[in-house]
Amino acid sequence: MDYTFHWRPVWKRLPELIEAGLLTMEVAVLAMLLGIVLGMMLAFIRMSGRRELTWFATTWIETARNTPALLQLFFFGFGLGAFGVHLSPYVIVLCALSFNNAGYLAETFRGGFQAVPDTQVRAARSLGMTWGQTYSRIIIPQVLKIVYHPMTNQMVWSVLMSSLGMLVGFRELSGETQFAASQTFRVFEFFAITAVIYYVIVKLILGGSFLIHWKFFRKGEG
Amino acid sequence: MIEINNVSKSFGSLEVLKGIDLKVEKGEVLSVIGASGSGKSTLLYCINALEPIQGGEIRVDGIDVHGAKTDVNKLRRHIGMVFQQWNSFPHMTTLENVALAPRIVLGKTKAEAREIAARQLDHVGLGDKLDTYPTNMSGGQQQRLAIARALAMEPDYMLFDEVTSALDPELVGEVLDTLKMLSEEGMTMILVTHEIPFARDVSDRVAFFRQGVIEEIGPPSQVIGDPTSEHTKQFLSNVR
Amino acid sequence: MSESINIAAQSASFFTGFKLNDLWYLAGAAGHTLMIAALAISIGTVFGVFFGWVLSVSRWAGAATLGLVLDMFRSVPLIIQLILFFNFFPIIGLPLNPFAAGTIVLVFYTAALVASVARGGIESVPVTTRKAARSLGLTYWQELFYITFPIGCRSALPAWTGVALGVLKDSALVSVLGYVELLRASQILITRTQQPFIILAIAGAFYFALSFPIARITERLERRWQS
Repeated sequence: MDYTFHWRPVWKRLPELIEAGLLTMEVAVLAMLLGIVLGMMLAFIRMSGRRELTWFATTWIETARNTPALLQLFFFGFGLGAFGVHLSPYVIVLCALSFNNAGYLAETFRGGFQAVPDTQVRAARSLGMTWGQTYSRIIIPQVLKIVYHPMTNQMVWSVLMSSLGMLVGFRELSGETQFAASQTFRVFEFFAITAVIYYVIVKLILGGSFLIHWKFFRKGEG
Repeated sequence: MIEINNVSKSFGSLEVLKGIDLKVEKGEVLSVIGASGSGKSTLLYCINALEPIQGGEIRVDGIDVHGAKTDVNKLRRHIGMVFQQWNSFPHMTTLENVALAPRIVLGKTKAEAREIAARQLDHVGLGDKLDTYPTNMSGGQQQRLAIARALAMEPDYMLFDEVTSALDPELVGEVLDTLKMLSEEGMTMILVTHEIPFARDVSDRVAFFRQGVIEEIGPPSQVIGDPTSEHTKQFLSNVR
Repeated sequence: MSESINIAAQSASFFTGFKLNDLWYLAGAAGHTLMIAALAISIGTVFGVFFGWVLSVSRWAGAATLGLVLDMFRSVPLIIQLILFFNFFPIIGLPLNPFAAGTIVLVFYTAALVASVARGGIESVPVTTRKAARSLGLTYWQELFYITFPIGCRSALPAWTGVALGVLKDSALVSVLGYVELLRASQILITRTQQPFIILAIAGAFYFALSFPIARITERLERRWQS
């Protein structure tokens, strides 16, 4: 083995990498929030059983779940270009991640709603609660508890997926790493450190998720 | 007063209620007995507007339950209902389960609602379980919680749909005791039940349902003690 | 009338760059995707089940280390893993072509995902069932292969299907190393024809076509095992 590792260029760029890591988290969190809103809508549309709308939701969900995230990213990147729509790398990544998150979360939410028995609706309604009250006070809190862990997984997935941004010229953590590596030719060293940064980000998310769960969902268990 | 005039109800092509006429006065306890599928539970759902009806009308204190302009949410405040499956809200403590509806439906303050809830829970013998989560309680306790939850709305009528059917035998007694207590306090109640001796004990009147019609109705001493209909006799001998 | 002719003319020009030959080119590339995914899933599953078994039986340092390593494969983006290992192999004097490097990384990635699925499956088998089998005189290994694996397999199947479908899609990332699989082929065609929309749609349809049989077969297996 005649390769010598050079870590110094990496340390020098570390602040930039960490800053790019924050950008990664920003876009992943934003895409998650958008994904939750859109996913809820898709789940409701699919559960409504109205055929003129369900085909739209079904197409979205199945495409998001059955094609590579990278293909979805290329679609927002190059595919829309065919219609003269040119988006910035940030928007491309945000759209693609939100699209993907929404597709997966829609099915998660649908499963969550199905797991709460219909009789809960009846019990709440018999107490004189309106539809809105029944959903906001009784049904959705229970659904949230059921979908919490799958949602945490999707959040992690959202971060991992955002790394694809480097392929459309987005300078998030991976893109920044590639840029720095191409300037210094220390590809292995840079990507090794980036792997560590991703690992830390993922652990931070899981830790935060654990804390939130401990604070809000501990009750009523066991 | 609950007035039921010639009510019919179908699920698709299956007719479950075929022209029911019934009046329940204030302060009366009516037990409804009959085989499964005779339509007795469906009637309770219709009284609380949880199921639509296809014919006839139901009036509660003169208000047409299924009228187009009736505010069912308002109506339901006056009619409490307890189900076979207790349906406690698993994400809330016992106290929160009971305090929720008074607060968000009746608009009581948080303190008032909690006070009402604590009083009702104490009433059904759960005064020491206020901060317990329903998942940590027995079926009998959860069913009493459901009763307290309905009572907290201070309803004028209570509907009980086979509230002991899903319970383990040793837990039935505590729930029946609670029902008996309510009847002695003068609550107007309609009980759908399979507990014939209990029905005989607490009811002012008993109605025997068969295939969507009322086969026989009258005081318990007559319907249960000395039935005139052959079907009633047969049902009672099968149950015993 | 004139409007519809106009649209027809437009859509005709839309298709000119893309020829039937290109469809065969994409189909061939889909074959490459299928090959690399099939290799990764089959070899990765074997390793993954073994790792899952190790994790389920042992609480010792070895298992903890294994758990940590597998966790890293699940917590770092696959694209980073691919670039990292592709650049690592030459360092240890073992330069690999994109296909080999991609396959090796995908195998370990799959194994890491399958390990937690397999562990869950093994642990889903009730201890009493396993004890009952041992009480009949089965050895540890007999019990494992005749009782625990078949039962655990059934409960782990849906999750395993998810992993397999995921790896099929994730194999698209090997394109980053320059291996011409389905997505890379689409990119090449897009550059030549400048018709990204239609080509991406066709590529998406190919991915659907590849994942559909997996989903259907496991669905059928699940139903058969339930009855």
